[in-house]
Amino acid sequence: MDPKTAQRIAFTALFLGTCLVIVPVVFVLAVIVKEGAGIINWNFLTTQPLNGMRAGGIFPAILGTLILVSGAVMISLPIGVLAAVYLNEYAGERPLTRIIRLAIINLAGVPSVVYGLFGLALFVMFLQFGVSIIAGCCTLAIMELPVIITASREALNSVPQSFREVSLSLGASRWQTIRNVVLPNALPGIMTGTILSVARVAGETAPILFTVAAFYLPHLPRSIFDQTMALPYHLYIISTQIPNMPRELTFGTALVLISMVFIMNLAAIIIRVYFRRKKLW
Amino acid sequence: MNNTQIVDESPVTLFGPIAIPGKQEPVSKTAQTCTDPEVLREKPVLEIEHFDLWYGTTQALFDVTMPIPSGKVTALIGPSGCGKSTLIRSVNRLNDLIDGVRYAGDMRLNGDTIYSPRVDVIELRKRMGMVFQKSNPFPMSIYENVIYSLRIDGENRKNVLDETVERCLKSAALWDEAKDRLDESALELSGGQQQRLCIARAIAADPEVLLMDEPCSALDPIATAKVEELIFSLRGEYTVLIVTHNMQQAARVSDFTAFMYLGRLLEYGPTKTLFVNPSLKQTEDYMTGRFG
Repeated sequence: MDPKTAQRIAFTALFLGTCLVIVPVVFVLAVIVKEGAGIINWNFLTTQPLNGMRAGGIFPAILGTLILVSGAVMISLPIGVLAAVYLNEYAGERPLTRIIRLAIINLAGVPSVVYGLFGLALFVMFLQFGVSIIAGCCTLAIMELPVIITASREALNSVPQSFREVSLSLGASRWQTIRNVVLPNALPGIMTGTILSVARVAGETAPILFTVAAFYLPHLPRSIFDQTMALPYHLYIISTQIPNMPRELTFGTALVLISMVFIMNLAAIIIRVYFRRKKLW
Repeated sequence: MNNTQIVDESPVTLFGPIAIPGKQEPVSKTAQTCTDPEVLREKPVLEIEHFDLWYGTTQALFDVTMPIPSGKVTALIGPSGCGKSTLIRSVNRLNDLIDGVRYAGDMRLNGDTIYSPRVDVIELRKRMGMVFQKSNPFPMSIYENVIYSLRIDGENRKNVLDETVERCLKSAALWDEAKDRLDESALELSGGQQQRLCIARAIAADPEVLLMDEPCSALDPIATAKVEELIFSLRGEYTVLIVTHNMQQAARVSDFTAFMYLGRLLEYGPTKTLFVNPSLKQTEDYMTGRFG
């Protein structure tokens, strides 16, 4: 075959392959928006479910998910950044750090239902938090950790070595160098990674299944030791457990959940673009 | 390698010298033989004494002995990989950052030992300044860049900081260009200006020795000329040790020149002598471009 034809065929195949990636995204969005957009209004977003959840709003589930992800990130962000700084700036290459790194990679590969069972065993039962917001937050935080650590390490790694060298050469300690030079320049990357990890766990059902999620609560949670409703679990029960569920309500809930995830991803992209434009080295 | 000036100190048997693995080359003569007496007459700020350095099992520096005269510009020249940068980065112990570096021998800064486990490396580095190959201002304002070393020492008095910024930028010949934009990001400056800012930052804490690792290698000829002028003007006030690839640059800016080859100091003397009348064939070959 002559090289030009071969090239044309190759490019066409590559192009079609790329297009195939878009198809499911567009399809999922189209179906959910078409089926669910009709029900979205202020009332739906801000009121309690009614009539055995077959009517009314989904406010408790939205609030629950917001509480869960923000609580989780408050736990995982400090731990993750500390671990990333230690691994990247202090630890060096030792057998121990290699094992830690391997552990982090494997942590990212653990199925989410296993996290759920782990959370049940450790937080709910062993630490006696009960089925509660705090147990759910801790479980989600552990799920976020590998993503935050990996993203933070990459962000730290992308700070030029010459910044560290010049800071040290001017008589700064390693900690001063990290605090004044490395961390400020790694911050955008850390933020982006954190938001992405939050977006990932916001839609998880399995980890909250045994640790926090309530089938239905007539009131909003009053403390971190209360259960709460949450969007992914709510979506799961209204689509499988309740007969005669209005289709629109299910898809409306799915649309809210997916919108929350999209907004977070969008925020991460905006931060990245903004700082990439400012970064000149 | 041409061994004319190198004394073979390996053990000798009936069958000739024994090659010691990992110590491929015999040890060079000490300073007295390769250093011009004119260097030794100067008062040294920094004394490098019998300094060896290994990266893992590869030896990069062999018994370097070299006094750096006070208030002068000393240039380190030699082909790539000859150990110039390794040597200059050993002075402020930046090589400590690399895993597997070992060293032997010592250096002294105004009499104080640099290589001893008791030395506070942070305090030691405060007494030196370093300018790197690629200009590396922090992504902060010009002002904050200059006073970085004061900030880390907790200096917050506005008048002290202002005064330092003005003095250093003037010394670095950047004041006129930068005085109206001190709060702008240093990254908005041109490459040459950035490098002069790095020099200003390096002299902010009044270093006893200013180390420069090929400070002009990433600059265009005009910016290079300006930085060279600046280095020349720093003589007297500062002691400068500069690594350069550029022979003409060494000739233009330095009082003394040291020629390094394969990790050894081969010849060290007044720049004029070295360039006009080198005593070694290797030096002459390198300077005339026959290798390098």
